[in-house]
Amino acid sequence: MTIGRSVRELISAWPVLHQRDGDRGALGSAARSERSRTLRPRTAEPDRVVRSVCPYCAVGCGQRVYVQEGKVTQIEGDPDSPISRGRLCPKGAASRGYVTSPLREYRVKYRRPFGTDWEELALDQAMDMIADRIIAARKDTWEDKDSEGRTLHRSMGVANLGGATLDNEENYTIKKLMTALGFPQVENQARI
Amino acid sequence: MPGLGTSFGRGGATTFQQDLQNSDCIVIMGSNMAECHPVGYQWVMEARERGARVIHIDPRYTRTSATATDYVRIRAGSDIAFLGGIINYILENGREFRDYVVHYTNAPVIVDEGFQDTEELDGFFSGWQDAKSNYDNTTWQYAGMSVQGSAGQREMGANQGEAAGHGGHGASLNHGEPPEEDPTLEHPRCVFQLLRRHYARYTPEFVEQICGVPRDRFRMVAKALCDNSGRERTSAFCYAVGWTQHTVGVQYIRAAAIVQLLLGNIGRPGGGILALRGHASIQGSTDIPTLYNILPGYIPMPHAHAHDDLGQFIEMNSAASGFWRNMGAYTVSMLKAWWGAHATAENDFCFDYLPRITGDHSIYQTVLAMLDGAVKGMIVVGENPAVGSANSGLHRKAMAKLDWLVVRDLVEIETAAFWYDSPEVRRGELRTEDIGTEVFFLPASAHTEKDGSFTNTQRLLQWHHRAVEPEGDCRSELWFYYHLGRIIREKLEGSEDERDRPVLELQWHYPTSGEAEEPSADAVLREINGTGPDGGALSAYLELKDDGSTACGCWIYCGCYADEVNQPARRKPASEQTWVAPEWGWAWPANRRIIYNRASADPDGKPWSERKRYVWWDEKEGQWTGEDVPDFQPDKRPDYVPPDGARAQDAIKGNHPFIMQADGRGWLFVPSGIVDGPLPTHYEPHESPFTNRLYDQRGNPARQIFERPGNHTQPTDGEPGSDRFPFVMTSYRLTEHHTAGGMSRFVPYLSELQPEMFCEVSPELAAERSLVNGGWATVATERAAIEARVLVTDRMRPLRVDGRLVHQVGLPYHWGSRGLARGGSANDLFPIVLDPNVHIQEVKAATCDIRPGRSPRGAVS
Repeated sequence: MTIGRSVRELISAWPVLHQRDGDRGALGSAARSERSRTLRPRTAEPDRVVRSVCPYCAVGCGQRVYVQEGKVTQIEGDPDSPISRGRLCPKGAASRGYVTSPLREYRVKYRRPFGTDWEELALDQAMDMIADRIIAARKDTWEDKDSEGRTLHRSMGVANLGGATLDNEENYTIKKLMTALGFPQVENQARI
Repeated sequence: MPGLGTSFGRGGATTFQQDLQNSDCIVIMGSNMAECHPVGYQWVMEARERGARVIHIDPRYTRTSATATDYVRIRAGSDIAFLGGIINYILENGREFRDYVVHYTNAPVIVDEGFQDTEELDGFFSGWQDAKSNYDNTTWQYAGMSVQGSAGQREMGANQGEAAGHGGHGASLNHGEPPEEDPTLEHPRCVFQLLRRHYARYTPEFVEQICGVPRDRFRMVAKALCDNSGRERTSAFCYAVGWTQHTVGVQYIRAAAIVQLLLGNIGRPGGGILALRGHASIQGSTDIPTLYNILPGYIPMPHAHAHDDLGQFIEMNSAASGFWRNMGAYTVSMLKAWWGAHATAENDFCFDYLPRITGDHSIYQTVLAMLDGAVKGMIVVGENPAVGSANSGLHRKAMAKLDWLVVRDLVEIETAAFWYDSPEVRRGELRTEDIGTEVFFLPASAHTEKDGSFTNTQRLLQWHHRAVEPEGDCRSELWFYYHLGRIIREKLEGSEDERDRPVLELQWHYPTSGEAEEPSADAVLREINGTGPDGGALSAYLELKDDGSTACGCWIYCGCYADEVNQPARRKPASEQTWVAPEWGWAWPANRRIIYNRASADPDGKPWSERKRYVWWDEKEGQWTGEDVPDFQPDKRPDYVPPDGARAQDAIKGNHPFIMQADGRGWLFVPSGIVDGPLPTHYEPHESPFTNRLYDQRGNPARQIFERPGNHTQPTDGEPGSDRFPFVMTSYRLTEHHTAGGMSRFVPYLSELQPEMFCEVSPELAAERSLVNGGWATVATERAAIEARVLVTDRMRPLRVDGRLVHQVGLPYHWGSRGLARGGSANDLFPIVLDPNVHIQEVKAATCDIRPGRSPRGAVS
């Protein structure tokens, strides 16, 4: 309670008077406090609002991503979308919890063969090691021709799985690179 | 996709979600749309508010059932019997939309005299090859047509359906018209009469016996559909994986396609078939496929036994008529996008740089190869097979046989932790110290941390913009593959090995920005769209050439960067547009929202009715016009007749709306492109408590079975031991979780809303097996046993099928051993048994046992 407020103000804030004057359920002005009066929604003063699309199912609901100081502070439905008209389902509405989950990983983890624990590994080094393994596996399992002399030009030693949760541009680069390397075993969730 | 692709020409939903509001009757089957696609479901509710019938047909009573006008309970795995019953009802009662059927479908076409139906051969079509367990489809062709290719090549098509993803582009016709037709539909070998005979036994009584649906309930559905179709009214179908995840999954979709073609509901407002996809870009990842059997835009991957050079490849995969005639332009433009100046006419535009497939290389084959030690390494991105794949325990064991595994995700999912946190390790079947797999876990960026486009369930590309920078080592998949390719190319630089040329000569230069050197997704989208001889962005796939002067990463997406504008990023508010909202995002093909929409007008080009007008011929302007982009050559008259020698789209008549098909028609009967039959037939699921009432042949003869340790099939009806697994089980999704849980079980709110694995059983089954609501149960199969909390509910009821009472068990499949909400994985229970067209697993119908209490540790097979 603010020091210096007049007695008149104190009395006028008394909930029972508000109930008497119409707020009988005490769900309106009777329930207001200094604290609730000064509360602001997380969406009130964003640095920017970025247009996005829900990452869960394929309905494709529009999202507005609220950003403050480089962090996602809230994700809301986009009322402009002709598909979703501002709505989100429980998953879409929880998307901020998805992108800021306490279980999110921010560092590379490495498990050596027969190892019993994760170890740290620098991203650059991980990329280098993965590239080496792909080159080696490809070399060891390369098939130029089949037994009847027909061109195969491939390796069945490396497989790639996933894509239905990714962007078109990402699927495109996956397919392009894996095909150029000669790996036909590229697959995703979409067996339809 | 072959279900829709072979029937209509393109492997995508024929309509868009908002158009459901125009329906007079919506049948939702194989989908719990209210819970799995809740926001899309608002358009179903709009239709209901306007007086439409909404019919939900499902084994479980769900929120979709509760908000529908009618609910029909059905036995899991019996939908073709039900849909076949509707086809029979339409034909026997003369309810087909005659003018539509005669002009827009292949009903009048006469089929080869060698064709024999399952009704003649006890469950087999003609052409069955016992030794190979597949069909030779020679006798399924239109009469009087020269059969394409040698016997060996035909066998290839029958083996895999590799080229079938997008429809019947193999069929070859003389200027678009089949040689023999009977517009009266009375010739005994015309498609219309074949249909009539094939479905003659699918009576309401038959439906009742097979599906457990009382005959009057069935008649109610059939009548409602027929009453709400025709000139003045239209009906729509919505389906999801409840239809696709069967050993006859593609044929489920085909059955719906036949119903919708007979009733004249394709290409019209309020009509269509809406495929409801479960992942944000599952349609996109098929259009631009991370799939082994196709290249971008449904161009088949070349097959070692069939395709020696580019000319032969194009010849075998293009039709004389329809838009697939331009296969050469699509393929060469893609090769130019990949290999640029290295791709020349002299070297077949680097066609030989493409690896060759030799059969089914789908993920389940890869998993079995992994178990046999044939695969060295695997990269998993944004997928959680340790929970999401059928017989997921086998998948986890297969990963333990790899030399190395890369997992990229936001959180440490079960697939990344299989070596120390899995049921196998807990039971002592695998020991961490014995697993030699080297594992790299790389944290990934979320959608808010990267630019890019998703293609939603209605073929609509929508761009999401990067809102914040990713933290730490988090990177996009675009970053990972771009830099992986860059590093591999640096390491291979100077190599003179022929095998390295495709990757060294690959066009692999994208502008990057920021400290992390993130590649530009916008630049990739522009490459997908394609560029012309002057380097400018193309506007339409009609501009593509087969001479190497154009480059285009995915021909069906050509136009998504027209006028040098990122079209998927368009966001003109819905309130400032028509209800079709053509300036929100960009839909393939050519920004059309309802495809085959020429069928919304009659053969003369006039709307079938004022109430259902959508696209029509404007005689004064000499062009097609309407609410949407016409899915037709804009100035082709309705009375156009192709001249002799016409090719490609010019060989399609002015009154044939299915412009991707060689004959311009919707296919009731599919002569090529589907490997397990030209017409859908009722077969029992691979595991079922029942014999097939129709034939001695129980299951789909062409289904893929992998009988091996860890993947045994359970005894079925009548076989010794079949009483051990007396119940039908079906898997499903909840609103609060997403697929294998990687995006939801790690989210606090969602985990709180649905905290643990449960199973749904009826009060009758609970009484029979002493199951207590809220208590524990163990669900068991030959593959595994899992624990689940019991939910006893009236939403599940036993059905009377074939004179017997059958219980069904419902199993959500989201859980695993990691995250905030943990529990048994339903997919551990299911066998790997697949549809032969698309190699999808049957996890919507199998058999199981259920017992009260927790499972004894270590007692799992």
